[in-house]
Amino acid sequence: MKKLLLIILLNCFLFNISYALIEVDITRGNLDPLPIAVSPLHVDIKSENYNDIKVKELGENISEIIENNFKATGLFNPLKKEAFVQKPDITHLKPRFEDWRLIKAQALVSGKLLIKDGKLKVEFRLWDLAAAKEMTALAFTTTPSNWRRVAHIISDKIYERLTGEEGYFDTRIIYVAESGPKSQRVKKLAIMDQDGAKTKYLTLGNELVLTPRFNPTNQMVTYMSYFRNMPRVYLLDIETGTQEVVGNFPGMTFAPRFSPDGKKIVMSFAKDGNSDIFTMNLETRVVERITNHSSIDTSPSFSPDGKFIAFNSDRSGLQQIYVMRSDGSGVKRITFGNGIYGTPVWSPRGDLIAFTKMRKGKFYIGVMRTDGTGERLLTENFYQEAPSWSPNGRVIVFYRETKAGLKGEGFTAKLWSIDITGYNERQLKTETDASDPSWSSLLSK
Amino acid sequence: MIRSLIYSLTFHSVMILLTILSLPFMLREPVDLPPIVSVELIQISDQTNIPYAPKARKIIKETKKKEKERLVSEQAPPSAKAKEKPDRIPLPNEKKEKKQIVKKKQNPEEVKPEIRQSSEFEKKEIIDTNQIAALIDKAKEEEATKQKKIDKITQSSQKNSFATGLTLSEEDALRAQIFGCWSVPLGLPYNEDLLVRIKLNLKKDGTITKSEILDHQRMNRPGQKFYKVLAESALRAVRLCQPLKVPPTGYDKWKEIQLNFNPTEMLRG
Repeated sequence: MKKLLLIILLNCFLFNISYALIEVDITRGNLDPLPIAVSPLHVDIKSENYNDIKVKELGENISEIIENNFKATGLFNPLKKEAFVQKPDITHLKPRFEDWRLIKAQALVSGKLLIKDGKLKVEFRLWDLAAAKEMTALAFTTTPSNWRRVAHIISDKIYERLTGEEGYFDTRIIYVAESGPKSQRVKKLAIMDQDGAKTKYLTLGNELVLTPRFNPTNQMVTYMSYFRNMPRVYLLDIETGTQEVVGNFPGMTFAPRFSPDGKKIVMSFAKDGNSDIFTMNLETRVVERITNHSSIDTSPSFSPDGKFIAFNSDRSGLQQIYVMRSDGSGVKRITFGNGIYGTPVWSPRGDLIAFTKMRKGKFYIGVMRTDGTGERLLTENFYQEAPSWSPNGRVIVFYRETKAGLKGEGFTAKLWSIDITGYNERQLKTETDASDPSWSSLLSK
Repeated sequence: MIRSLIYSLTFHSVMILLTILSLPFMLREPVDLPPIVSVELIQISDQTNIPYAPKARKIIKETKKKEKERLVSEQAPPSAKAKEKPDRIPLPNEKKEKKQIVKKKQNPEEVKPEIRQSSEFEKKEIIDTNQIAALIDKAKEEEATKQKKIDKITQSSQKNSFATGLTLSEEDALRAQIFGCWSVPLGLPYNEDLLVRIKLNLKKDGTITKSEILDHQRMNRPGQKFYKVLAESALRAVRLCQPLKVPPTGYDKWKEIQLNFNPTEMLRG
């Protein structure tokens, strides 16, 4: 009892003078790209060569792809390898954090790989240099020919860990590859990795192809092709190369797109001389009319939850963007600005709609909220259109044409990408001229 | 029974004594402001003096002019009037002034320069009495409003420095340093709460002995992945900035410090 009293008394006397905790608000930071060091992957000495893959260079090559991916985002600044202070094998075991901090790196990627018995095993670690700890570590096993994809997947994982949102590197872009003079363009369907590598042509170029679009759930593509001057909607499985005709549609048919569950396509075609919006169930092939209006309704695009459709219509005079429920009810106009609006595309995140705007002879690619507020024009040019979202809703790819001379000289069409902040506009490398891009979802999902 | 009663009584009396003794002692502590605060106050009064001076000069000149005129016309003995000054005979107008002065004296340390200035004024004003009363009144009104403003400023700054324990310039230095170190992750959602609170324990040289994210549990909640990334970026910023630019004095006040990182404003542009 006495002890207790003593303790209580002591506590009372030892009561310290305490100050209110100082609080400082930090409301700004820098938006400079994050300096990151991507150490070449260490190649295990037990590795064997596989077909034409030179295993000794593989570690360098993978780290180079990762670096290029990061550079293209504009969010990271991969540091030059000459400045690196540790060998790849030791780095991967335990980096000397102080040394890496000296070259101003904030994050470090290390890794090692092994090819044995026809299998490629890649392991990587991401280090937080300021905190001197590991942030993430993963290992993959695959066939050695997939090494580029491994590099992209590693990039995705690191991007996700450092930015908090999903990556978009392990993806592909399908587009219309164009060649020949302007009056006699040969248009083929082509697909490539998002970094421009591994281009593959899917059609021969005998027929005109238009508006390829990815199925958000798998590697299926829908596109339009003119067969004996009749527009046809095709489905193409990229993995197997099988093609099928979905149907012949009368008159002008436009821009088929998949629903978010991949089971339907939505498109516009002219029935009885007037364009309206229809959906088609791919299993039952039943066509359902969505809009029935005397105006021209085109370019439908589903919201990612499948509940709404954004589309173009000239029902108020000039072409504007409208949103309706997916059954066609509750049509609401969302754009009221000056100029003509077209090609609305709902972001995979669901928060924004990308569009093309034409005003005073200039074309703009922009984004706005789904209720039409907060319009931001990201880029202006002579001619550009067909925005398509990266699967994480962060980057938009579109195509841009240059002005041609009287005989069509000087005409080019190229793919460009831009961040939704309006920064980091860059041209994508394609083997030929290109138009109508569509970005796939993540391949490794 | 009695023993326990005695225990209880002694304990309670000790507690009561302690509260009586310790409460005023505790109350007095925070009032005892460190010299840093007074430095800030001087700065502010300096600033407000600048716009004040030319007006004052004008009024002084005007009063002087009128005084001379009166001297010539009325031939009133100026020395007699001057003598009134030390005696401070309370003229009706002066009464107001005195009241004001008394008010100011409640806070003598803070407003000393102001008082001195106004009293210099009064000297000039007192020389001249009834005919320029209107002018004096005007001047006083202005003065009073000025005074109010100053009071406001000093109060708010006092509150500020009291709450943070850092002067504005010290806080700014620290803030600017961290601005430079903080790479804001760009994948943040615009419509979420982006406040990250980090508590730091510091050494005297500004190096960090302990850092703690206050809303730690939020990092692992589903759909809050961005928060983890944001919190980590904030922690990285603090670590990269080490040693922090802390004031050379008052270690007890800033040995624990809380940084509230919030990029919302910046992201909205």
